[in-house]
Amino acid sequence: MTIVDPKTERPDQAELDKAAGRPEDADQWTAKIRTTAIDALPPQKLLPDRQPAYVASWIYVFGVVTIAALLVVIGTGCILAIFGPNWWHVSSTGLFVNSLHLWSVETFMFAMVVHLWGKFFMAAWRGKRKATWITGVVSFLVSVGAAFTGYLSQQNFDSQWISTQAKDGINSTGAGAVFNVTNFGQMIMWHIVLLPLCIVAIVAVHVLMVRLRGVVTPFPAKGETPGADVAATAADGAEVPA
Amino acid sequence: MQSVVLVVGTIFGSLIDLNKPGNYVHWGFIQLSYGNLTVIVLMVVVFLAAILIPYRSHKGGER
Repeated sequence: MTIVDPKTERPDQAELDKAAGRPEDADQWTAKIRTTAIDALPPQKLLPDRQPAYVASWIYVFGVVTIAALLVVIGTGCILAIFGPNWWHVSSTGLFVNSLHLWSVETFMFAMVVHLWGKFFMAAWRGKRKATWITGVVSFLVSVGAAFTGYLSQQNFDSQWISTQAKDGINSTGAGAVFNVTNFGQMIMWHIVLLPLCIVAIVAVHVLMVRLRGVVTPFPAKGETPGADVAATAADGAEVPA
Repeated sequence: MQSVVLVVGTIFGSLIDLNKPGNYVHWGFIQLSYGNLTVIVLMVVVFLAAILIPYRSHKGGER
């Protein structure tokens, strides 16, 4: 095991981290998972200080805007869950937090769609990034479901109207027997438990895939050789501070 | 403060009247509310702006 990097003669942090366990414990599943995780995503790669130079464009901002909006959605949703519908429909503070929840969702979907368009036109699935693309698509679809069940959980005439209109559509798919949109208890559980867990898990995997594979490179300019560039990571080429 | 809210409410209220059934545009089988159409147009505008507007450069950063 190389603890000191021969090039820099400084301790290799990743190797030090792996060496934190005892050698006789190397066969433990905990040690194997830790070693595999550190090899795949060392801390410097997981939370880098610099990004490739081509990331210096506004179109790359919308992924993190989406995540920021998601944090506000979850935070305001937790506050709404604490105080309940009487509070969010009647008190001025409740109405304000309810509005924050709505508008953070609007921002979330808005930024996610712009992010989606940007990545689509970059063909961001290039360079072994299919899993990144697919987790993004799945998180978008699950978010549509989360927004839908949120509209059903408002506890007002609007949610009643939406549920009675949607039941015909859902019933026509044959899913109405197990996913009953007029069952408020079922819909609010989907909205505040199952779907948020799914979204957070899928977004976490999506971000880890971005860190693992790096941000997709732009298409080569006219005259440049296409091909090898697509697997480039933040470790290659010019970089700018994150 | 209340007067500001009243003025802002009056201005927006005159633009979008929410006290009547929604307005929709129809293109063949496509039916969109003005609200959704506005959001879609805004997304296209923001997308184009994100591509065309130069990003601020870091002073001293490697390029």
